[in-house]
Amino acid sequence: MAENSKQTMNDTYETTGIPLLKDSKLSVRNVDVFYGDKQAIFDVNLDIGKNQVISMIGPSGCGKSTFLRCLNRMNDTIDICNVTGEIKLEDQNIYDRSIDVVELRARVGMVFQKPNPFPKSIYENVAYGARIHGLTDNKLELDELVESSLKRCGLWKEVKERLLEPATGLSGGQQQRLCIARAIAVNPEVILMDEPCSALDPIATATVEELIHELSQNFTICIVTHSMQQAARVSQRTAYFHLGKLIEVNDTSVVFTNPKHQLTEEYITGRIG
Amino acid sequence: MTLSTLFIAVLMGTVVSYYIGRGRSHSIAKPVGGVRNLATLPSYYATLMSLWALLPALLLVFLWLVMDGSIISGLVRSELPLEAKQLNPDSLGLLMNQIGNLAEGVGTLDALGAEYKPAVDRLIHLNSISATAMPVLVMLVMLIGMILGFRTIKADNNARYAVERVFNAVLFISSSIAVLTTFGIIFSVLFESINFFQKVPFMDFVFGTHWSPQIALRADQVGASGSFGVIPLIVGTLLISLIALTIAVPVGLMSAIYLAEYASRRVRGVIKPALEILAGIPTVVYGFFAALTVAPAIREYGDGLRDWGAENGIGWLATLNVSSESALAAGLVMGIMIIPFVSSLSDDVINAVPQSLRDGSFGLGATKSETIKKVIFPAALPGIVGGVLLAASRAIGETMIVVMAAGLAANLTVNPLEAVTTVTVQIVTLLVGDQEFDSAKTLAAFALGLFLFVITLALNIIALRVVKKYREQYD
Amino acid sequence: MNDKATRLAQTLKRRHAAERRFQWYGRLSVAFGVACVLFLFTDIISKGYGAFTQTYIDIEVTFDYETLGLTPDSTETDVKAASFNSLFRNTVRAQYPEVTDRRKQRTLYGLYTTDAPIMLRDMVLRDPSVLGTTQQLTIVADDDIDTYYKHSFGQDLGEGGVIGRVNPQQIALVQQLHDQGRIHKKFNTILFTNGDSRDPELAGIKGAIIGSLLTLLVTLMLSFPIAVATAIYLEEFAPKNRLTEFIEVNINNLAAVPSVIFGLLGLAIFINFFGLPRSVPLVGGLVLTLMTLPTIIISSRASIKAVPPSIREAALGMGASKVQMVMHHVLPLAMPGMLTGTIIGMAQALGETAPLLMIGMVAFIVETPAAITDAATVLPVQIYLWADSPERAFVEKTSAAIMILLAFLIFMNSTAVWLRKRLERRW
Repeated sequence: MAENSKQTMNDTYETTGIPLLKDSKLSVRNVDVFYGDKQAIFDVNLDIGKNQVISMIGPSGCGKSTFLRCLNRMNDTIDICNVTGEIKLEDQNIYDRSIDVVELRARVGMVFQKPNPFPKSIYENVAYGARIHGLTDNKLELDELVESSLKRCGLWKEVKERLLEPATGLSGGQQQRLCIARAIAVNPEVILMDEPCSALDPIATATVEELIHELSQNFTICIVTHSMQQAARVSQRTAYFHLGKLIEVNDTSVVFTNPKHQLTEEYITGRIG
Repeated sequence: MTLSTLFIAVLMGTVVSYYIGRGRSHSIAKPVGGVRNLATLPSYYATLMSLWALLPALLLVFLWLVMDGSIISGLVRSELPLEAKQLNPDSLGLLMNQIGNLAEGVGTLDALGAEYKPAVDRLIHLNSISATAMPVLVMLVMLIGMILGFRTIKADNNARYAVERVFNAVLFISSSIAVLTTFGIIFSVLFESINFFQKVPFMDFVFGTHWSPQIALRADQVGASGSFGVIPLIVGTLLISLIALTIAVPVGLMSAIYLAEYASRRVRGVIKPALEILAGIPTVVYGFFAALTVAPAIREYGDGLRDWGAENGIGWLATLNVSSESALAAGLVMGIMIIPFVSSLSDDVINAVPQSLRDGSFGLGATKSETIKKVIFPAALPGIVGGVLLAASRAIGETMIVVMAAGLAANLTVNPLEAVTTVTVQIVTLLVGDQEFDSAKTLAAFALGLFLFVITLALNIIALRVVKKYREQYD
Repeated sequence: MNDKATRLAQTLKRRHAAERRFQWYGRLSVAFGVACVLFLFTDIISKGYGAFTQTYIDIEVTFDYETLGLTPDSTETDVKAASFNSLFRNTVRAQYPEVTDRRKQRTLYGLYTTDAPIMLRDMVLRDPSVLGTTQQLTIVADDDIDTYYKHSFGQDLGEGGVIGRVNPQQIALVQQLHDQGRIHKKFNTILFTNGDSRDPELAGIKGAIIGSLLTLLVTLMLSFPIAVATAIYLEEFAPKNRLTEFIEVNINNLAAVPSVIFGLLGLAIFINFFGLPRSVPLVGGLVLTLMTLPTIIISSRASIKAVPPSIREAALGMGASKVQMVMHHVLPLAMPGMLTGTIIGMAQALGETAPLLMIGMVAFIVETPAAITDAATVLPVQIYLWADSPERAFVEKTSAAIMILLAFLIFMNSTAVWLRKRLERRW
């Protein structure tokens, strides 16, 4: 191998690029994640800026989804999963004992890989979060909330005639947009998206990407994706994960045009994948 | 020669045939250049030959055992004195029974009359002919089978095809036994029920509110005094089943939810088998427990309450009367019995709810119980309903607990502290002991059986449909 | 945003309380179930442990020729006709010369089992040389005395001096025997070596256990091959058509038909139509076979399904016929699962009662059955019969019989679990 100016991977490593920001919504410090004895995430430090879209890319099994799930403590549902380090949501450590996961998840919403509408009506799906959190006082407010959430996701026109029909009857793309509407109906500060388009066809993907772009006006969005094009299209910053380590973080344009780390470059050019 | 020695002989013959067949196939293999030039392996030739020896002989034994009795008694009957032939069927049956007993040396001829001596002798004679002829004929058939089988061993005859055809036929016959059983149940129950409804009008049975089958000292009294109104039995059955389900459904469902969603792996590993022990305990043990522990305890408690009510001037308590065979005791214990049934069925359906739905709900900030109540439970509802229907069918068909702990008196009541009786209790009581097979009393048991079969079958079919639909939803 | 935070904060307390409440419902339900298991077992063990000991009373009996009306030349027939009753009564009376009242004398005889004279006779029949000699014998105590001596001896007298079913005179007699060291408890072998009896102290479960074994043997011999053949047919050979579907639906439905219906079937078909005898293990086994078939078929099919298709393809690819593929590869791999299902089916058959009542296995049978065509009863039916008996002492016997039945069942089920863990392969 020719002499390379770019960094290679060592046991102790330092994230290349600009992982830390001055003004951040979420700041992650020294986070390790273990599944039983197996370590899945190694010492990740990362800041996520307010009203920004950051995408996490990397080969499958690199820990990007695991990392995402740490951000609203979804990993709590897995018994053997153990998270150490510090993740701050506006100066509050979300792994602090005093933090209520229920409250946390109302602030940090999540959209999953496979559309997972509840087997209820479209209306009930969107109203679910508001109902459990008691966010509205009466039926009228709830109706408004449902309507506005669906409108923000561009789904209102398509479903307003059949709000009371089962959500499982929608197409895959519509279901995923419904899940996003369901998430934003709670008015979270951060939305986590775990490969939200991987189960969708190209046209539905395009619609969802457009939606993400619009939502970034008001929400901080972290998106995990296996599609580099998608990352390039929707995000301002991009983080590259490799075998549980955060290798490189930078502005999306920099990562894709001028990666600083050898692994990032290999991934971008298709040599790892 | 007894039947078991005959069986052993036939089996030995089969084994011998196998070895002869194998030897033969090796010897025909030599001239054609070894086993590899035979159409198939020697073991197939050997198996084919032993099948030739075994199957016809077995068939003959079976036919003989089935036909033997009726042929002999037909022959004896045709030679009875004239006046005996004119007896009605019941008395003729009794007479034939007595002749049969005499032929086995039980009783004396005096009771019957000397004119039946020839019949007895004839029966003894025919029986002895049958007993000697059968082994001889069976062994003969076996020998013929062996010879025929031996002749099939030729180098160009692929014995494997024949063996596999037999194999397939055996498999098919085995699987048709389940169908035959269903038909057997339907025909036996239906046939006797039709007999019953010729004696007791169908409408009286279905809409009658009085049940007292203790009747008919003489055959010609049948239907004259007993009443066969099934309503009290149905009400009793439903009452006890309802008590059982009121206990089993919430407890079973909540245990399943707790074990599936909350309990740690270690707790689940201990508790789940412990609860399953309840499913493995025989019903007769529950019956004993209900009759000797729970029912007296409930009665004692009830009596205590009554005395307390009387002392403190609470009128309705002072008149409380708990039967020693209360429906409550039987229902309670039956409920305990069904808990693991409900919980394992609920466990299945709860686990079938995809994890993605749970994630979706947690991701929105729902607590665990909110997720369970608002997402998992509604999603699993059809499956749970199916499970409850199956549990109901269990409760309705349960026999031993109610036989031992519920009463015999057919009270038409919905008071759980009184004694009621159930369909299954009556089936057992009507049929245990020696009855004549065609009195209305015994036939009533089959009519009840038909009723029970139809109800449980309907519940099962609906339940299985519901559960299947539910499974497809998530597959 | 602030509005949301306050609203959330307001609901949180209530929601977490609901969460805790819900968890407690779950815990209580589980606890109730476990408590039922524990209570059931404690109840039965506390009722039944006493039956494993039995009270015996020592007595010196002189086989006096004169009392028996026998001579040294008497034949066996004479011995059978001799009055062992008077011998026994004289012997007992002689020990208490002070008791002259007839009724009180009857109490004296009643300390011993009612079969005591017959035991003396059987002793002479076995060994005529005891005639004319004096023997130290140990005789089973009567059931009431047994219950009293085992459970209440030495306690304060109850109201009116009566404890259970014994009166003050009996209590005094037992105290006297105890002081003389003539009454003692031993391990109860009678329970395991005798058949049924009307007298609780002489009743045993040997007949019922042998009956159960014979019945299970018939069930096993029939249901295992038939179930395996059916499972193989349905999984490997059956064409996917209406008939096959019908068979499958049938099997699933049969699994849920109440067992008492199978009893009706057995009564109508096997006994009434084919004329097989009542009360015999053969018919019991046939009925239980039909009843357990669905269970075994369903689990056998599951274990055949679990054999991966790649193995079938490998065998067929080598040129094996379908039958060879099944016999050489699928069947051996599926066998552990099939055996597990069979053991569970057998355990179910062992505990079954209701259908056997229908086919007359409730008869009172003292003899131990020797063949599948001998009249017999089975363990659960014996439990049912004893539970129905009025004598108090039978409660103890019943509980003991239940303990033995449960021991068999636990053994069978844990064998099945062990087998599954040990032999079942994970693909």
